[in-house]
Parts: sequence; C-alpha cells; structure tokens
Amino acid sequence: MKARQKRLIFVLLGIVAVMGASFLINKAMQGNFYKLYTPKAVLVGEVPIGQVVRIGGLVKKGSLKRSDTKLEARFIVLDRNKNEVTIVTNKILPDLFKEGKSQVARGILKEDGIFYAEEVLAKHDANYMPAEVKDILKKEHTPITKVKEGAK
Amino acid sequence: MIPEIGHFALIIGLAIAIIQAVFPMMGVRLNQPQWMALARPVAGAQFLFLGISFACLIYAFLSSDFSVKLVANHSHTQMPTIYKVSSVWGNHEGSLLLWTFILSGWGVAVSIFSRSIPPVMLARVMSVMGMVAIGFLLFLIMTSNPFERLPFPPVEGRTLNPLLQDFGLAVHPPMLYMGYVGFSVAFSFAIAAMLGGKLDAAWARWARPWTNIAWIFLTGGITLGSWWAYYELGWGGWWFWDPVENASLLPWLAGTALVHSLAVTEKRAAFKSWTVLLAILAFSLSLLGTFLVRSGVLTSVHSFAADPERGLFILVFLLIVIGGSLTLYAAKASKLESTGRFELVSREVGLLVNNITLAILTLTVLLGTLYPLIIDALGVGKISVGPPYFNNISLPLGTVLFLMMGVGLFLRWKKDSPERLFKKLLLPANIALIIAIFGPMFFEKAFSWRVSLGLLLASWIALTALMWFAAQGRSLWQKPLSAWGAMFGHVGMAVVITGITLTSMYSTEKDVRLDANSGYEVAGYSFKFTKIEKDLKGKNFSAIRATIEISQKGKPFITLYPEKRNYGPGTMPMTEAGIDGGLFRDLFIALGEPLGKGAWSFRIYHKPFVRWIWLGGILIAFGGLLAAFDGRYRRTRKVFLKEKARRKGTMA
Repeated sequence: MKARQKRLIFVLLGIVAVMGASFLINKAMQGNFYKLYTPKAVLVGEVPIGQVVRIGGLVKKGSLKRSDTKLEARFIVLDRNKNEVTIVTNKILPDLFKEGKSQVARGILKEDGIFYAEEVLAKHDANYMPAEVKDILKKEHTPITKVKEGAK
Repeated sequence: MIPEIGHFALIIGLAIAIIQAVFPMMGVRLNQPQWMALARPVAGAQFLFLGISFACLIYAFLSSDFSVKLVANHSHTQMPTIYKVSSVWGNHEGSLLLWTFILSGWGVAVSIFSRSIPPVMLARVMSVMGMVAIGFLLFLIMTSNPFERLPFPPVEGRTLNPLLQDFGLAVHPPMLYMGYVGFSVAFSFAIAAMLGGKLDAAWARWARPWTNIAWIFLTGGITLGSWWAYYELGWGGWWFWDPVENASLLPWLAGTALVHSLAVTEKRAAFKSWTVLLAILAFSLSLLGTFLVRSGVLTSVHSFAADPERGLFILVFLLIVIGGSLTLYAAKASKLESTGRFELVSREVGLLVNNITLAILTLTVLLGTLYPLIIDALGVGKISVGPPYFNNISLPLGTVLFLMMGVGLFLRWKKDSPERLFKKLLLPANIALIIAIFGPMFFEKAFSWRVSLGLLLASWIALTALMWFAAQGRSLWQKPLSAWGAMFGHVGMAVVITGITLTSMYSTEKDVRLDANSGYEVAGYSFKFTKIEKDLKGKNFSAIRATIEISQKGKPFITLYPEKRNYGPGTMPMTEAGIDGGLFRDLFIALGEPLGKGAWSFRIYHKPFVRWIWLGGILIAFGGLLAAFDGRYRRTRKVFLKEKARRKGTMA
C-alpha cells in the first residue's frame, strides 16, 4: 500500500471516529439532562409535564406526612415566597433530609400538579444549603399567589 | 512552636522549589554541569523540608493542638488515633500539603532511580517538576495555609466529618494522590523531551515504569473509593457518575491510553507526538480533578470549602500548565516525526484504535462532567447530567474497546496478515460466543441482550489474554514480567466487566417499610426485622441498631445489624449498612428512618457478583505493578552501573 493511500485511510478512520462520537454524544444527551426548577416555575407552568426534572427548595415545616401502611412520604417544598409544590416519593429519604432545610428532588411532574420523586437528595455544606438551591432561591423576587390553575 | 516550624519549612520548600525549577534548566542552557547536578540534592532537600512540614501537621493533629485552626475544625480528642492522622488529609489545606509532599517524593524517587538518564534530560525533568511544585506551594502558602492559628483556641475540636472516619477513607486520598501526582512525572519527561527536541524511544522507556506506577495507584485509589461508597455511603451503589468520581476516572482513562501508547513509542518509535499529547492530557486532567474536587464548584462529600479565591488560583494555574505545555507542543510537534512505519493490519493500528476510543470516552465523560458547570456559568439554567448519559456513551465505546483488547494482543508489530489473525482468534471467539449464549441460563432471570454482550466481552478478553499468555514461549516462570502484567491487566478488566454486567442487570434493590417482627423476601432470602436498639455507645458516637434475621428456605442463614450513628451535635448522621459479602452475591441492608408505630424503612439489596468489580480493579493494579518491574527497565540500569564501574576501574 502506498503511503498516500494509507494516510487517506487513517484520515477516513479519524472522520468516522469524530462522527461516531458526535452521534453518540447527541443521542446520549437526549432526555438525560435534568434541569433544576423552583416551586414557582411549577406553579406558572414552566415545568414540562411527564419529563424527568429536578425541583429544589425548602421543605415546609410540619408538611412531612407518611403513609401508615406503605413507605410513601409526601411533603411540601417552598421557595422564599412561599410558593408550594407537593412532592411524593416511595424512596427512603436521606439522612440529611429535614423539615425547614433544603432538598433537591428528581422525578416527574404529573397532570395533578404533584411531583413524583424517584430520588430525594439533601446534599449540602455545614449551612444546610446546597449552592445550587441557594442560587435559584435568590433569583425569586415576585411572590405568586393563587395561580395554582396555571400548574396545568 | 511546632506549627510555626511546619509553616517555615513550607516556605523553605518553596524557595528550594524555585531553585529546582531555575538552576538545572539554566545549567542546561549555559552548559554548566554543576548547575545541572544541583537537581538531585535539591530534590532531596525539598522532600526533606516538605516532610518536616507534613510531620509538623501530623503532630499538631495527634497532640490535638486546637490553637491550629485546621485541627480545631477537623479533629476531636475522642477520635481514634488512626482517624486523627487521616484527618490531616480529610480537609482542603492538609490534603494539598499531602499533594505537594507526594510530588516531592516522586521527585526524589526519579532522581534516585534514574541514574541511567543523561544528566541534561534529568536536569530538565527535575526543573519541570520544580515548576509544578512552585505552583502548588504558592497556592498553599497564599490561599490555604494549613498552619493558621486561632487567637482563641477552643477547648474541643469540631471533629472530622463522620463519613470520613473510616479505614477505606484513611487510605483512599493518599492512593489517589499518588496516582494524580505520579502523572506529573510522565508530564515532566514529555516536556523535558520536547525542550530537548529529542523525542526518541529512550524517553518513552524512561517514562514508562513511572507512568505505570502512577497508573497503579490511581487504579487502586478509584477501586478503593468505589468500595467505600458502596459500604459507607449507605446507598449500596458502586459508581454514581458523580462529578467527583468522574474527576478521578478522567485521568485514569487518559492514563490508560498513555500506558499503551508509550509502549508503541518505546518499541516502534511511532505515535510520538500523540504520546506527548496524552502525557500532557493525563496530568492536566489530574489537575482538573483536583480543581473540581477541591475548589467547591461541586457540592459533594469531597468539597470542603467554597472559596472563590482558591478556585480562581487553581483555574489560573491550570490555564498556565495546559496553555504553556500546549504552546510548547505546537512549537515542537512538527519535529516529532515518527520514524516507525506500519501497515493497516498491525499492533500499532490496534493500539491506535484503543487510544482513539479511550480519547473519545475521556472527552465525552469530560463533556458530561463540565456541561452543567458551563451552562451554569453562562447563566442559562441549572442542570445535572444523569447516569443514562454516561451509560449510553460507555456501552458502545466500551464494546469497541473491549473487542479490540482481544485482537490487539495477538497482532504483530509493523505488519500482520489478516488470515493468520483470523485463525488465531477463531477459537476464543467461538468459546466466548458459546458463553454469551448459554451463560445467562445459569441465572434464573429474564433474558437480556446486555448480559449476553457483557459475558461475551468479558470471556473474549479473558480467553484471548490467557491464550496469548500461554503462547509466549518459555516455561511459566521464565515469561517476562511485562507479559504477566498484560495478562493480569486484561483478565482483571474481564473480571470488572463480569461484575458490572451481572450486578447492573441482576441486582434486586428494594426500599421497604418493615413493621416490628415483619419480613420481606428478596431473591430467595427472607429478611425479618426483629429488634431495634437505641442509644448504643461507640467510641465517639451513639448508635441505633436494628437486628435483621435472614433465612433461606426456612433455615436461619445469618443475622445482620444495620446501624444509624450519631457523632454528636453539628455532624451528619451516618448510615452503617449490614453487609453479608460473598464472591457470588452480597446481601446489603441499610437502616432508613423511623416511620412511626415501631415501623422503620430499610433498603434491602441483593447484588450478584458485585465484589468482582473491586476484585478486578485489584487484579488490574497488580498487572500494572508486574509490568513496571519488567526486567528491561532494570537491565538498562544494570548496564549503566556496569559501565560506570568499568569507567571508574579504567580511571584508577
């Protein structure tokens, strides 16, 4: 084989590798990025229904209720302006989960306006607030009241 | 007084690092052999002073000197001695001091065991290592002084994060750091070779054992981290594609590519510029890993402090290292013409495919890891990348890589005939296919093509490795260590793949609610919750402990005691899982929360073959160790020593 032919083959291999990689990345990215939303976003209807997303906020004091027969737990998550979203989960809550503290739940918002969480995280530093949640809560300025119809 | 000595030794260390960076390099330029010869004693001195500094910090922790801020924040008088020592690196400042100390250790090791290297080359290598040390020492002294004093020392310390009070975690960071920092040696050799403009096979031969050793430590560190996450975090998972995990995987992937491409450069004088690029990449990714983990841009058990000043410093340092070395590369790459010629069907091309696949894997994992940070920095929103992204890319790329692993061993250098190769590979391919088709039948589970694929790849790799090893002529004990190493490395990978496949596809994981004296059945084992005990006292914690009686087919099998531990006010509660380990399956049970009326939540897992993942990791590391001690690296040294003795003889 001539050197030029060989070089051509290697260049083609390189192009195939790059195309293959971009195809893979493109395909892998679909639906596997979980965006973080606030309770407000749920209420104004920004959160797509039926897609895996995350909801961050503070757990409302006194809102944690457990089922008497199942593992199921439900609680309310608040932002600074008291916009509320109910979260239901069938998983064990993490050690650091506490009422009045922050959490991030990953799951699906359904038509009934309730967020069904596959995973509840309470990762944070000593001040009980993950940087992510602190940031998105800071951005909230305007309180929204009685727009719950907008959840659909 | 002792902490001040430590601080002072650190500053002397910086001064020595500057000497190490400047003089040997200047000596090469001005042709001053004495200046070049300075490299060796200076490396020793740096090791000595950083050792003093590190010892002072350990002393401060052991003596619970709470006037030192670091000790007050991370230690406690009641902590067992081993954790007092390990809390030295269980924090940002101390772990950086360990990083730098290890760097000086690598420097000394290189200066001692590289006597066969020409003085000019050694001078350059030591200078580059000195420059890296300057960066880290400046970082320590300017932004994160571990010896900072408190004006009003507290009576008692704030204790080490209980998650880190564990033997696995006492060993995991030093192991990982040995790996991270070890890549600085390959990096320094690459930079030195570029500066010298002489990138022959020799530099690859010198750099190879060092790279191997660094890679072994990194392999061990990652394996240990995975094992720790499994039993200590209480989630029972072995890999979460968490950014901090990826931070250690990235240099490992690049390092694996480097280990293989160095082989081509050493033996065939090909891939020269690519190897240099990989050496730069592996070390840059190690720095990036340190940056991601330590700067607090990620929230995790690993990030200690979110201090923007520190993050900025590492970022700038990273830019200087990557920018500087790539600029040098751009200027010199044209000179790195590879002389080794090879055909399309040859081991070179096999290793090329290995390298390209690993490089694509590295870049896609890097993308998935950094993407949320980039999106956040742009202010577009906050996202997290889910494990499916990483699984989707690693499955096809892994398949290509693992198929090639089997072919590559049998390929001949330079030129091979496809017919010969086909004949050799027919037998292992057929056996692997049979295992892939019939293997899943041993598990009483629904058929899944993923299990078949996993078993196919694992048995393919293991069979080809063993057959290749057997064909290496000579009797078992006369085979070169590098052949043993390659065999163990590849078989280890097959064991890891088997573990990953079976545990991912066949695990049963249940979060359940159990009332007192009620039970739950998982995979033929019935778990009965019989008792809960509160306020048990440990050395520095109090615990809640459940008693779970496990029986199989009505016969009592074993009793496990999952715990929830409390290490005092201000600390996180800890989940201590009850695990019954075995070669073929693990039973894992973790205590959740009280649900009222005597009921508790539990995680009950049945994990087949999960231990194979770590067992394989150990085998891989062991393979690397054998390869690093192959005779030919020692031979070059022996020949050198003999020549030296002869020269001395003739002089006398």
